[in-house]
Amino acid sequence: MTTTAATDLIFGLTRVVGLPAVSEKAGAPLSAEDIAQIVTEADRFCTEVLQPNALAADRAGAVYANGVVTTPPTYPAAYAKWVEGGWQSLSAPAEYGGQGLPHSLWTAMTELGMAADTSFMLGPMLTAGAIDCLMHYATPDQAARWLPRMVSGEWTGAMCLTEPNAGSDLGVLRTRAEPLPNGKYALHGQKIFITWGEHDCTDNIVYLVLARLPDAPPGSRGISLFVATKVKEDGSRNDLRCGGIEHKLGIHGSPTCVMLFEGAEAEMVGEPNRGLNAMFAMMNNARLGVGTEGVAHGAAALRLAEAYAAQRVQSGRVIAEHPDVARMLMEMRAVTLASRLLALETAICVDRHAAGDTGAQARQALLTPILKAWCTDRGVETASTGVQVHGGMGFIEETGAARILRDARIAPIYEGTNGIQAIDLLVRKVAKDGGAEMRALIEEVKRTPDARLRAAADTLAAATATVIAAQARDADAGQSVAVAYLEAAGWVLGGWMLARAAAEDPAAYGPPADFYLRRLLPRAAGRVAEIEGALAA
Amino acid sequence: MKVLVPVKRVVDYNVKVRVKADGTGVETANVKMSMNPFDEIAVEEAVRLKEKGVATEIVAISAGPSAAQEQIRTALAMGADRGILVEHDGTLEPLAVAKILKAIVDKEGPALVILGKQAIDDDMNATGQMLAALLGWGQGTFASKVEKDGDNLKVTREVDGGLETVSLKLPAIVTTDLRLNEPRYASLPNIMKARKKPIETVKPGDLGVDVTPRLTVLKVEEPAKRQAGKKVGSVQELVEKLRTEAKVI
Repeated sequence: MTTTAATDLIFGLTRVVGLPAVSEKAGAPLSAEDIAQIVTEADRFCTEVLQPNALAADRAGAVYANGVVTTPPTYPAAYAKWVEGGWQSLSAPAEYGGQGLPHSLWTAMTELGMAADTSFMLGPMLTAGAIDCLMHYATPDQAARWLPRMVSGEWTGAMCLTEPNAGSDLGVLRTRAEPLPNGKYALHGQKIFITWGEHDCTDNIVYLVLARLPDAPPGSRGISLFVATKVKEDGSRNDLRCGGIEHKLGIHGSPTCVMLFEGAEAEMVGEPNRGLNAMFAMMNNARLGVGTEGVAHGAAALRLAEAYAAQRVQSGRVIAEHPDVARMLMEMRAVTLASRLLALETAICVDRHAAGDTGAQARQALLTPILKAWCTDRGVETASTGVQVHGGMGFIEETGAARILRDARIAPIYEGTNGIQAIDLLVRKVAKDGGAEMRALIEEVKRTPDARLRAAADTLAAATATVIAAQARDADAGQSVAVAYLEAAGWVLGGWMLARAAAEDPAAYGPPADFYLRRLLPRAAGRVAEIEGALAA
Repeated sequence: MKVLVPVKRVVDYNVKVRVKADGTGVETANVKMSMNPFDEIAVEEAVRLKEKGVATEIVAISAGPSAAQEQIRTALAMGADRGILVEHDGTLEPLAVAKILKAIVDKEGPALVILGKQAIDDDMNATGQMLAALLGWGQGTFASKVEKDGDNLKVTREVDGGLETVSLKLPAIVTTDLRLNEPRYASLPNIMKARKKPIETVKPGDLGVDVTPRLTVLKVEEPAKRQAGKKVGSVQELVEKLRTEAKVI
């Protein structure tokens, strides 16, 4: 039996991560039927409105001319439908017009949208991140002026962090905020790589900008958070503009902008010099979103590859029946399903935390870097395997397999490179508590009845002790094996998620789980061997 | 005026339908099910009539297994006000459905019933016409335009030769064709609001309807596979084959 992304998501939310019980504990119960209806309608919107135009949108790309950014021709109408459908409001709180639904359902929506058209869905995802940040840090007055129209989708949000010299190291950023007599600030500086920084889908854009006050201390403790809008409250244009857009390997429909702040009027959000904290507070959710992108690229690649392999005949039978192609398809399926369930497992921690579960936040913090890095690396690999299944046609743009591979390649880079994720996991998550949370997670993994999984979990536990010791001895040596450690953890946790799915529904999920445990789980031990080899040198 | 809209649970139009191995029907286990697309058009038309102030209440009805609630919920999310599920697990032929609908019409007293012209699973194209006959109401089938015209309903029908416009005295039956409208997507806020709308469940027996099938299906089989063609070397050979093998000239 083959299942689709939507049926997997409904199954995962309902029967693997237990959303009905979590939502009940949170006081807003969702039945299995509610979850199924929301995911089904979201899927319908994505596959009927977004997906059919994705390839043409990639070809047209976003265009910059005379200071104006034009998105692909189908985007403004599709975006209007997105607003009409109210999907942006999914997990936003009711007081700003949101539906107040769980974050794990937004994760499902993110996967479906990203699989349909990554370039389009990046706009709504960035808006959701901006809403998340403002909900926590804006004053009630600021929130009332900005949030309702962001929650409805009438305005989009853009995150302005990166500068030419400040990428992973934001501490060196130089954009200045000069106090104005009216209590506001004038922003001066240049930001780059601003996703959906300028576009033609809405009348207004809300920019979250990191900048320095004149008396700010140097480094990351001197960064404050500001909000500027493209159109000011009096209806006039603010002094900010798009200076150009990048020519990229992928996500061609998404305008990646150079944003020039030329005295733009802005308000401070949160405390002075505490801007980076505000950003970090929402970073876990943003990284969860990008990890989910990796799932989506695997899902999109699998959908195309399965359809192609089922009709392409060579040597007298469809290629899906040739053993090596069948192997590739099953690997794509098993890895995508594992990463999908891992994304839901991470997202449900956000909902459990909101429902008062005290341990959920630490678990989310631990899982997030693994999800972000492991799922996006798997997304690139799966998209590449998808090209392979198509043979020569995969290298030709018209099949769409190549687009998915190109689009997938950014996910391991942005929102903290996967190398940064591995260091975050090792230093800030695992070493920080002496491995306690990781050991608790490994104990949970070991409760599954599968002996192969229990053995892999033991190997991971030993590796955890090894990397913590290495990190304590020599920070650089620890960081040099951080990626291998994260990968080992990812392969073990992926197997854990599949084993849980198979226990719930053996007929549907037994085959991919079995394939994974036989053929993919050994990669965990391979990575652990790599760690030992590297540290022995 | 009250409007009734029957909606049928069918195999999704994107699914490649397969015949069961024993030839008794098509495979529906583990297959994606959706609302019949013509019924979506019927729901959309009813919602538009309500938005214009012509309709006051929309009742969505489905006859089928308990899972058909999903299709009623979709109709509620699109804008119907309440639902009635007539729960029955076995086969329901058009006449049985028409009788069920007549019983509900007798109870609800609507001024209009809008149905899909046919369901994409069995392509019967019969329920609307049978319901009109059982009720003795006028019918405007294959509608591509529906307008209120005083106390009457003006319905533009898609017929073989072009368009035919009929005026129906209310109450009446309308069945929808593809070009009547483009159904809306259920918005998330409306999906959430629809959770509070009531769905009443009854059995055919409660309505006094006997749904025992009257037709016997002998067998169901897939369309014949297309045969490979033959290449001919010359016009002469082609003519020869058309004459002796195909026997068409």
